[in-house]
Amino acid sequence: MAADTGETPADGFGRVSRTKDVAFRLLALAATLIGIVSLAALLLNVAVDAVGWLDWQFLTNPPHPDPYEAGFLPALVGSIAIMLMIALVTFPLGVGAAVYLEEYADDGYLTRFIQLNIANLAGVPSVVYGLLGLGLFVGLFNIGYGTVLAAAFTIALLILPIVIISAQEAIRAVPDSQRQASYGMGATKWQTIRNVVLPRAMPGIMTGTILALGRAIGETAPLIMIAAPTTVFGLPNSFFSKVSAMPLQIYNWASYPQTEFQYGVVAAGVVTLLVVLLTINSIAIVIRNRYQQRT
Amino acid sequence: MSRDSTASLPAGLGRRDFLAAASVGLSGGLAGCAGVFATEGNNVNIAGSSTVFPVTEAIASSFSERNPTVNLSLSKTGTGGGFGNFFCAGRTDINNASRAIADAEIEQCGNNGITPIEFQVATDALTVVANPNADWIDCLTVEQLREIWRADGATHWSDINGEWPDEPFELYGAATTSGTFDYFNEAIIGEEENHRSDYHATERDRTIVQGVQGSEYAMGYFGFSYYSENPDSIKAISVDDGDGCVEPSIETAMNGEYTPLSRPLFIYVAKESLEKEAVRDFVRFYMKRAATDLVSEVGYVPITEEKRDENIEKLETAIAEVTA
Repeated sequence: MAADTGETPADGFGRVSRTKDVAFRLLALAATLIGIVSLAALLLNVAVDAVGWLDWQFLTNPPHPDPYEAGFLPALVGSIAIMLMIALVTFPLGVGAAVYLEEYADDGYLTRFIQLNIANLAGVPSVVYGLLGLGLFVGLFNIGYGTVLAAAFTIALLILPIVIISAQEAIRAVPDSQRQASYGMGATKWQTIRNVVLPRAMPGIMTGTILALGRAIGETAPLIMIAAPTTVFGLPNSFFSKVSAMPLQIYNWASYPQTEFQYGVVAAGVVTLLVVLLTINSIAIVIRNRYQQRT
Repeated sequence: MSRDSTASLPAGLGRRDFLAAASVGLSGGLAGCAGVFATEGNNVNIAGSSTVFPVTEAIASSFSERNPTVNLSLSKTGTGGGFGNFFCAGRTDINNASRAIADAEIEQCGNNGITPIEFQVATDALTVVANPNADWIDCLTVEQLREIWRADGATHWSDINGEWPDEPFELYGAATTSGTFDYFNEAIIGEEENHRSDYHATERDRTIVQGVQGSEYAMGYFGFSYYSENPDSIKAISVDDGDGCVEPSIETAMNGEYTPLSRPLFIYVAKESLEKEAVRDFVRFYMKRAATDLVSEVGYVPITEEKRDENIEKLETAIAEVTA
């Protein structure tokens, strides 16, 4: 009896539960696989299309209407030039803002308001930043449409909230006991930040910044808004020369009539963009690992 | 404890030194690059028609291989967009144009102290296309085309010819900022009527190809080069201007049979920009190359050698006036 009553519900309960368990497990697995498989399929597809197109000549030539002569050099160099400028602009601004918010600002309404706004800014669509860049840098400051400076400043604004937030998190992760120890030895606030907080937070800040730069390199919409030219020949020769970027050039090629462009050349461009992006991300990982080992 | 804290200090110093050195190096490198390459006026900025774009791109590409330090930028803005927003506002040196400059645009340029100089660089055959499965049409008269594309005109194929299917058109055409639109409007629709506005308007010719491929009852128009790259997926329609059907091709455009849709393509150079050496060199190079195979390779008809000599003479006169 006891075994009977004990077994039947347990059995029924157990059976239902096991089926659901397995079903849910499969469902979760399928959800994971869809993402991974479609990414793998995309990468494979693009890589296969790029075979025979991605060669030295593609990387060193200017663009050309003939797909067999088309090259990527001005867009590649343009993207890297924009990236370097963005890094120079966002790093000091982002770290400065994060240090202020974490170390100096008191926890008042104003600080909370700023904090909330930064979090919201991180979610503003990039087209809106493009409009801001068009109005502010191209219109008001008159630094020229589609120039290296205008492009870099606009995208820098776009990733600044992300840099600030990741830098704040890195600074927050520095144990308070270390700050107290520094004060205890008679250090001023500035000395504490310089000698204790920033060195400790640096790997986190660097990782966050470089990942944000990875996002910046793929941005197209703000560049279209500030009227970056469709195609550029020759390398940028000053901060005020017109610049094109890799995603913009790829977008342009996708509209060419020849199928060689739509498949081969575009795929070669995409692979180049991905390689540059992955290189940047792996630099971030290497930096993080090195600093983590030291500290 | 004390060992830990002292150990972290030199490491911190090293990191800071590295960071400082890296940022100094970066900015120094950037400034250095800028210093080496920055020669005043070494930029040529071009905007305008997406129809002329491939011609200018081909010529710019081969110019760039010979003059790698010149920074040439090229945008697709449509002829009117290029004149209004860039060229006449003094933002670009050269405008690609698939029609002649309008009086209002000359005035706008004049107000900003810009003198446009016109050079014909190629001839295009504007091509009307339909889906290859649309077996009922091969040829349309200019009147029929006008009836299809004018405002308040026909809406169904059967309105044009009773034997054709009783299905509505699906129309794909150039956007109103485009010189292709202006030219089609002028050549087919005429002054008394307006171009219809209930069609899919786009600056991207590829969108037109995709639209026409997608529906048996679709129709569109664009520059010949786009058709010549996709001759199997879409069908070009011959045009009858009273002397029988003529199909669009490089030959019929060159010998003047393909009327009224063959049109000249231009670039406009700001006379003031010819003060810049890079612009002078580029336009000289352009004029020499416009009469060669470079143009027919991208699907247009090159200009004749007399036209080329005429252009070069016009250019040299303008350069002499500016540099004198």
